[in-house]
Amino acid sequence: MPKKTHDTAAAAFADLRARGVLRDNMTVMVGGFGLCGLPEQLILALRDTGVKGLTCISNNAGVDDWGLGLLLQTRQIRKMISSYVGENANFERQFLKGELEVEFNPQGTLAERIRAGGAGIPAFYTATGVGTPVAEGKETRAFLRPSDDTALHNRAPNSAPHGSGGSSTQTRAAPRDYVLETGLFADLALVKARRADDFGNLQYRMTARNFNPMMAQAAAFVIAEVEELVPLGAIDPDGIHTPGNYIDRVVKTTSEKRIEQRTVRKG
Amino acid sequence: MALTREQITQRAAGELRDGYVVNLGIGMPTQVANYIPRGMDVWLQSENGLLGIGPFPTEAEVDPDLINAGKQTVTARRGASYFSSADSFAMIRGGHIDMCILGAMQVSQEGDIANWMIPGKMVKGMGGAMDLVAGVRRVVVTMEHNSKDGGAKFVRKCTLPLTGQRCIHMLITDLAIFEFDEGSRRFVLTEVAPGVTVDEVRAKTEAEFKVAAQVKAVAV
Repeated sequence: MPKKTHDTAAAAFADLRARGVLRDNMTVMVGGFGLCGLPEQLILALRDTGVKGLTCISNNAGVDDWGLGLLLQTRQIRKMISSYVGENANFERQFLKGELEVEFNPQGTLAERIRAGGAGIPAFYTATGVGTPVAEGKETRAFLRPSDDTALHNRAPNSAPHGSGGSSTQTRAAPRDYVLETGLFADLALVKARRADDFGNLQYRMTARNFNPMMAQAAAFVIAEVEELVPLGAIDPDGIHTPGNYIDRVVKTTSEKRIEQRTVRKG
Repeated sequence: MALTREQITQRAAGELRDGYVVNLGIGMPTQVANYIPRGMDVWLQSENGLLGIGPFPTEAEVDPDLINAGKQTVTARRGASYFSSADSFAMIRGGHIDMCILGAMQVSQEGDIANWMIPGKMVKGMGGAMDLVAGVRRVVVTMEHNSKDGGAKFVRKCTLPLTGQRCIHMLITDLAIFEFDEGSRRFVLTEVAPGVTVDEVRAKTEAEFKVAAQVKAVAV
């Protein structure tokens, strides 16, 4: 088995251009919610490769001087697919000048698009965003809620589709509109975990998990930044959140783990 | 007298029930956590992957890996659980959250909500708001009844881009409380702030609404 662990973030990127993994105009998923669970040292290393024209799929865009904000500073990002990008003046400037393309996704739709992409599901229907700008230009279709309609949702392949039958549940529950959203898959994903073993099995910590597990499953090449490297067998198999086969490279770093809103009580 | 922001928050807390799983929006709704009635067990969900938000940490307890959806450092209560964003929104979208309380820029008479974007100004994104209003069982909005220049926020039709369509169950403003009635597809005025009349509410509202047979004063 090729060695997955690398001593530095830079080393983990060293041969990626030559191998064709790293190229201009590629799509990169970056884990984290705000600065929590952010693969911060991998972002620095990605910046230093000089790769340009990136489409970044990430819930947020970092802050001005940290996270993906750094790649906005250097203008390496062409497009962001995100749910919320407050707290970033560079972002605002570039977006208003038309230098940066932005696709807003509802946060749950973004999470599910990534999950679906990694799970081999090309598209799915969701009620989120129906009747809003998010649904414009997308297919919509009426269904009963799965919870209103267990019989039809567990139907045989050739039975009647929704909206045409006359089951007893349909007389009580009204169909609602759902919008078709597509799965997302990236060329590269950068994720952050608490610990990994040599196979790349990952365990996350607290709310630093967020988007990392789905992104680890939804890219052609996946690099994990971790705080601790342990021998095979040291993580209880029941406590592994991402199985190691999803992970191509692992780097143990000393992460700064910055805090965006330090809120405390007296005590 | 119009309700203060604190009184709006307190009134919203009156909607909580023992055992509820609740998601509180950023800003005024977050403060509802301070008014959970004593002895009531309420589980607060944070869409970044936490069920069971505890109080803010002491300086010694601060942990960069433990934040709420507003990116504030928090703690986790006994019995809390952590999960991914996909699992978190499965919980939200799948109807496993009893109630959410969130702010709004506009609410329409048919229960539409707009709270994420003002065209032409900076757009920050909708975050999890569209998923919450689409999936949570009971959606409660707290907002000022009118904008700072006196304009109507409870309107016939939202002029701002929507967050969700026909999804609001209850509206709590500084002037009055409205419950949505599915049968007539209109809100029903059920309570007014102490000293506020139904006519005053009507005068300051663009939306068409019905008035309950018995209109109570909001208990403050």
